[in-house]
Amino acid sequence: MDDLPIEKSGPSPFARFLRAIAAVVWKDLAAEFRSRELLSAMLVFSLLVILIFNFALELNVKERRDVTSGVLWATFAFAGTLGLNRSMAVEKDRGCLDGLLLAPVDRAAIYFGKALSNLAFMLIVEAVVLPVYSVLYNVNLFRPGLLMVILLGSVGYIAVGTLLSTMSVQTRTREILLPILLFPVVIPILIAAVKASGGYLNNLGMEEILPWLNLLIAYDVIFTAIAFMVFDYVVEE
Amino acid sequence: MNAKPRALLILDVLSALLLAAATYLALIYAPLEAVMGAVQRVFYFHVASAWIGMLGFLAAGVAGIAYLRTQNLRWDIVEVAAVEISLVFFFIAIVLGSIWARPVWNTWWTWDPRLTTAAITELIYIAYLMLRQGIEDPNRRARFGAVYTLVGAVSVPITFMAIRLFRTIHPVVIGSQSAEAQGGFNMTADMKVAFFFALFAFTVIFADLLWNRIRLGHLAQEVEQRKLKVMQ
Repeated sequence: MDDLPIEKSGPSPFARFLRAIAAVVWKDLAAEFRSRELLSAMLVFSLLVILIFNFALELNVKERRDVTSGVLWATFAFAGTLGLNRSMAVEKDRGCLDGLLLAPVDRAAIYFGKALSNLAFMLIVEAVVLPVYSVLYNVNLFRPGLLMVILLGSVGYIAVGTLLSTMSVQTRTREILLPILLFPVVIPILIAAVKASGGYLNNLGMEEILPWLNLLIAYDVIFTAIAFMVFDYVVEE
Repeated sequence: MNAKPRALLILDVLSALLLAAATYLALIYAPLEAVMGAVQRVFYFHVASAWIGMLGFLAAGVAGIAYLRTQNLRWDIVEVAAVEISLVFFFIAIVLGSIWARPVWNTWWTWDPRLTTAAITELIYIAYLMLRQGIEDPNRRARFGAVYTLVGAVSVPITFMAIRLFRTIHPVVIGSQSAEAQGGFNMTADMKVAFFFALFAFTVIFADLLWNRIRLGHLAQEVEQRKLKVMQ
């Protein structure tokens, strides 16, 4: 299938692969910046989650130090499912997914393209939530270590989330199913990210944070590899 | 296909006998534990059930990978059978463990690595069954199921390690014991007999249940095919 004569000429296979990924990302970002449906919903939703936590947890000065990382990650996890669902649902509803699959590119390029645009949406939401949280609760969240943890955690979350949302949109229950499928398997990410973020926020030593960082990196690598290997099976007709 | 194989019938009877013998050994033959008393007798079936849960978990993972490689629906049937058995036996292990933990740890539940991992495995398998329920096409159902078992099979050990970085109070009766564990004890020779017999009996029961469930899966597949024929 890969040996079509037309594809023999032109740029190297890897360059074509990268171009295919870039095309999928570009399509998603362009569509989103015209409609702004996904980002606005995710943003408003995450602000509401923070508001609810404020009343549910009595975020006073003493407690705040211990729960900030937990509140942040719960917010990201919930807002993330919203984005993942929506991003795959638009592909499925308007038959775009079939169009993408018909394109003469490697299926893995479609996966990485979707994953990168999902990651971009999640990072944008996080980039808005962090300053808002910092201002509302008077904690400085802009520490390099914390930002790195957020990036690592989001990568793992999106790697699994993109794979599972591709499956869940093809089932009868659709949106309801994604969090049920996703949360039990991203628990390692949430544990490690909450612990590492808490470590940076409480100025703990590197020897206490490092095991969690290693866990995050290992999870990211393992699940990106798995998703890359099995994505073919979840889009096959 | 329709008549139950004789070997399976024999295995059914053998499982029932072994279960009865294991019950006798655990409840009557094994000596009373000095500190914890009668509630310690839960231990024999608790560990054996957790062991079956683990076996089912491994079998499901292997069957999932085998399905993805071969695309043969027979592996899908094995996978569902293993998942269902694992789901039930982890549940039994959790319930028995809670009965033991109430007097010994003074709580029904604690967020210990083993307990939490068992609970998360249960949630993953419930999600798995919900996922399958939402898909009609048998091949797609099998593919999605296999992918999800694979993701689960990789994430559960990572979850275990992650929670293990916290401290644990779960006793390790076989092998090394951590200093913080509460409710541990040393097994006497009679206890070991009851314990290893329970493990053996439950392993046979696992094989019996798995075989029966796979047979049921094949029968269900046949019914579906005949229904389709009638409709055409």
